[in-house]
Amino acid sequence: MADDRNTPGDHRVPTVVVDDVHITYTVNGARTGRGSATSALSRLTSRRRTPGARQVHAVKGVSFAAYKGEAIGLIGSNGSGKSTLLKAVAGLLPPTRGKVHTQGQPSLLGVNAALMGDLTGERNVVLGGLAMGMTREQIRARYDEIVDFSGINEKGDFITLPMRTYSSGMGARLRFSIAAAKSHDVLLIDEALSTGDAKFQRRSKDRIKELRAEAGTVFLVSHSNKSITETCDRALWLEAGTLRMDGPAKEVVKAYEAFTNRK
Amino acid sequence: MTAPSEGAPATAVPTYAPGELAALAARHGLKVSGARPSLPAYVRQLWGRRHFITAFATAKLTAQYSQAKLGQIWQIMTPLLNATVYYFIFGVLMNTKHGVEDFVPFLVTGVFIWTFTSSSITAGTRAISGNIGLVRALHFPRASLPVALALQQLQQLLFSLGALTLILLAFGQYPRPTWLLAVPALALQALFNTGLSMAMARLTAKTPDIAQLTPFVLRTWMYSSGVMWSLDHLLAGDRVPRAVLLVLEYNPAALFINLMRYALIDSYTWDQLPPLAWAAAAGWALLCGVAGFVYFWKAEETYGRG
Repeated sequence: MADDRNTPGDHRVPTVVVDDVHITYTVNGARTGRGSATSALSRLTSRRRTPGARQVHAVKGVSFAAYKGEAIGLIGSNGSGKSTLLKAVAGLLPPTRGKVHTQGQPSLLGVNAALMGDLTGERNVVLGGLAMGMTREQIRARYDEIVDFSGINEKGDFITLPMRTYSSGMGARLRFSIAAAKSHDVLLIDEALSTGDAKFQRRSKDRIKELRAEAGTVFLVSHSNKSITETCDRALWLEAGTLRMDGPAKEVVKAYEAFTNRK
Repeated sequence: MTAPSEGAPATAVPTYAPGELAALAARHGLKVSGARPSLPAYVRQLWGRRHFITAFATAKLTAQYSQAKLGQIWQIMTPLLNATVYYFIFGVLMNTKHGVEDFVPFLVTGVFIWTFTSSSITAGTRAISGNIGLVRALHFPRASLPVALALQQLQQLLFSLGALTLILLAFGQYPRPTWLLAVPALALQALFNTGLSMAMARLTAKTPDIAQLTPFVLRTWMYSSGVMWSLDHLLAGDRVPRAVLLVLEYNPAALFINLMRYALIDSYTWDQLPPLAWAAAAGWALLCGVAGFVYFWKAEETYGRG
């Protein structure tokens, strides 16, 4: 599995090619507040760097190619740049240097940001679906499926209540159900497997498997080494923004575990 | 530190020759992710997201008062209370109504139409920065956000117009054919607002500090647009140079406000409008609408960074 990556005359179809990608954030207001209107004006006119601004180099020159049918796990300690890299693959966070080439539109399994706590679950299903680019007809067709999958209505008619009244578990379940309702070419999952109770976790794992079968390539970011080895056949290990290892999931996880235990 | 831990394979990371990956991508026809689409493609994408735009605008509008006991009644109460406050200050205390016929309809029209523009601009300053989570999580043409927020303001204005109709009736202004002119006037204003909102969205996405300055600019603009008083009366005589008067009269906010007054109020006549008022308003709307959209699109791929 590991050796065919460099085989010349490759018959496999690449879906994501990440070519020497660097990502730098500028963080404003790291030290100071925004200051008064007059100081803001002088900063704008002088075009100097703001005093509070800091550069964070989150991803430093990562290169790899992902192929159709692969499930790739991203591991690494907190702040190693996993989520940032995933966002760059999704085209949501443009690389400062280097390029990400993709087949079709990779999508992040993340609809959370589109939902509003003041709206009912019902309306959030529609809003979330539209935000993911589904049509109204597609949402109508899948509506019952989404609500049943989330299990929100198992204990009464909660779907017609505002989402802010949901328990955190219920909210997470509905969010996952909406996000998982659409099938994707390249699917990027960021720590989505740890929501809800045991029953829901099992259900979502099954759904992820289905999504994997439908999608060309799946990327999974997780801190659970177990879910990486269970779901993925290949893993990338990022540490401090650089790619430390790329290979079969079991080997990479083993090396990563040795690294974390040593520290 | 960078040495591989014991047991790890010697070649932990495959190395690629320069250009090898780009060639692989090119061979299989992969596209650069997150690249800016062409302008026509962008317009098509935006049109494809029209249902999201309307749903987002309506959701924002209903979410606004969902925690209040009176709920959606505030949609119409807020503009009415605003008009009352302005009437008390400018009509009673400062007596700017002197010499203005039908002062209450005059004032309320001014306040509502001005609020439409000013709140669209304020909403625009938060379009990207206030929805950064959405921008970083999902793929959609980013112009959907400022457009949706401008649309939300238009929906809000329709509620205000309900209140305005009540006020007009109460002060003896009855529907007549010129009321229909409100439709093109508002359409032009909505286009103008959307363009400005998109421009503000890009500016504040790059320099958040501009959002802090906007209220001051807006207030200056409001006081010089004749929202609470008649510019004609204020600037009568030779006290103010002719050029200043022209600038004030042809500023887009004053044009939109006065066109609405002309449409709705009997005593506001055609000769109170500056010459070519409709052409000027249409010019502003087209200029800002198109320029704002293009300006926003030019930075499409950078939203969400930093």
